[in-house]
Amino acid sequence: MKPINRLIICITLLFSLTANCQSKMVLIKGGTYTPLYGRDSLKVNVSDFKIDVYPVTNKLFLEFVKKNPKWKRSNIKKLFADENYLINWKSDLELGDMQSLNAPITNISWFVAKDYCDFQGKRLPTIDEWEYVAMANKNLPDARQLKTYNEQILSWYEKPKTFKNDIGSTFKNYWNVYDLHGLVWEWTLDFNSVLISGESRKDVDNDSSLFCGSAAIGATDLMNYAAFMRYALRGSLKAKYAVKTLGFRCVKSINNSQ
Amino acid sequence: MKKLKSVLIVLLFVMSLVTCKKKKATSASNNLTSFYCPMKCETDKTYKESGSCRVCKMDLIVTTQENSKVLKASQISDESIFHLTSLWNTKEDKAIQLKDLKGKTLVMVMIYTTCKAACPRLVADMRNIEVQIPKSNLENLRFVLVSIDPTNDTPKRLREFAIENKMDEKQWVFLHGTESGVREFANVLAVKYKQISPLDFSHSNIISVFNKGGELIHQQEGLGVNNKETIQAILELTTEN
Repeated sequence: MKPINRLIICITLLFSLTANCQSKMVLIKGGTYTPLYGRDSLKVNVSDFKIDVYPVTNKLFLEFVKKNPKWKRSNIKKLFADENYLINWKSDLELGDMQSLNAPITNISWFVAKDYCDFQGKRLPTIDEWEYVAMANKNLPDARQLKTYNEQILSWYEKPKTFKNDIGSTFKNYWNVYDLHGLVWEWTLDFNSVLISGESRKDVDNDSSLFCGSAAIGATDLMNYAAFMRYALRGSLKAKYAVKTLGFRCVKSINNSQ
Repeated sequence: MKKLKSVLIVLLFVMSLVTCKKKKATSASNNLTSFYCPMKCETDKTYKESGSCRVCKMDLIVTTQENSKVLKASQISDESIFHLTSLWNTKEDKAIQLKDLKGKTLVMVMIYTTCKAACPRLVADMRNIEVQIPKSNLENLRFVLVSIDPTNDTPKRLREFAIENKMDEKQWVFLHGTESGVREFANVLAVKYKQISPLDFSHSNIISVFNKGGELIHQQEGLGVNNKETIQAILELTTEN
C-alpha cells in the first residue's frame, strides 16, 4: 500500500508543477454560430479548441519578457509596438507601483501578443473563436438573445478602469472561462479582417474602391450593440498599437490543423 | 519492490523537472567577447583581442555576443520591415526573408490570383506605375506582389500568373508565405483582409512604397487612383546617390 501512496503523491506533485508552467485551458466544443459581421453564407463553423481560462496576467507576461529580451521596452522595434508599449512599467523588468501581478497585461501590441502565444505553443484566437466563447453567459452557450446579456456587457463598457482589476473578478461563463467581458478588450489573430473604415455611420463596408468584395460583408445581428463596439474597436486598431484597455489570451487547436 | 519504488520516484522527479525546463535551453547564450572599431572602418569586422583599428587607429570597443547582434540589427531602423523574420517562397521556389530584398526600393501590394474583381485592377495599377519608371531606375527597384492566399497561390501558380500577366522580368517579385507570415505582413502594411469563400477574399487595396532600408515611405489607397504621388516617391528613392 505504501508505494501506491507515494506514487499518488508524486503524480499530484507532477500535475501541480505542469499546471504552474502554463496557464489553465479548457476545451470548447465547436459548433456553428452567426457572427455579427459574416460571410454571405452567414453561419460560421468553429472547430473544437482549447482556450485560456483567464487573460494573460502581468506576472506571466513579465516572465515571458525575461525569457525574450527582444520584447523588453527598451529593445522593442517601433515596427512592432508604438510608444505606449508597457508604458506604466517602472523599468524593463519591473511593473508599475499601481499594477497588480494578477491583473491582465495591457499596453501590448498584436505582434508581441502573437509571439507570446507562439512561444507557449499556442496562438491567438480568431475573431470567430473569441466571439463564439464570448456569447455565453453563466448558463447558456449562446445568450445573445437575452436582454440581460447585452445590458451586463454594456454596463461594463461604462465602468472605468476595469483593466486594473485582477483576473477572475468577473463571472465564469458556460464554458468555465472568465473575464471575456468586464475586464479588458482582447486581441484576436485576425482582428484586421474587420473591413470598416473611417466614419462608420457613413462609409461603412461599402468603400468598394478601398475594399475588394466589401459589399459581401455586413452586419447580421443588429441587436448586438455590444458586439458592434468590439468590431468597431477591432476595425480601428493597428497591429502596433499598445492600448491601455486591451489585453489578450491564447488558444490551441485540437486537430493540429495549423 | 523497493527497487521499483525508487525507480518510479526518480523517474517522476526527472519528468517534473523536464516539463518546466524545456524552454530554458534555448535562451542560454554564450557570452563571447569581441572587439570592434567605433568608426566601423571595416564595417562589421570584429577582433578577438583589444587594440586599435587598423584603418583609423582608434581604440577598439568591447562587445559581447549579444551586443553585436543588436549592432547588426541597428543598421536598419526600428521601423524597417526587414525585422520581420517570416519565411517566404518566390515564384522561382526560392526561400527568402524580406531582408534579402534589402538595398532595393520596394513597391509592395497584396493580391490573390483567383481574384476576379479588384486584383486585376490592382495588378494593372502596378504595371501602370512600372511603365512610367525609366529603365535605368528599374535596377534598384523591385515590385513585390504578396499573395494573401497561401493555400491556392503556390509558387507554381504564381509563376503561371506572372507569365500570363507579362510580369516575368526580374523586377517583379512574387511571394508565397505561411498563413501567419501573411497575416503579420498585412498588419505591417495595415492591409485588412478576410476570406469570404475558399477562393475569395475581401481585402484593402493598398500599394506601399518602401525605401532601401525597408521603411514605409508612401501608401496609395484605392483602385485606379491617380498614381502621380506614388511614382514621384519611387523616382525620388531610386535616383538618390
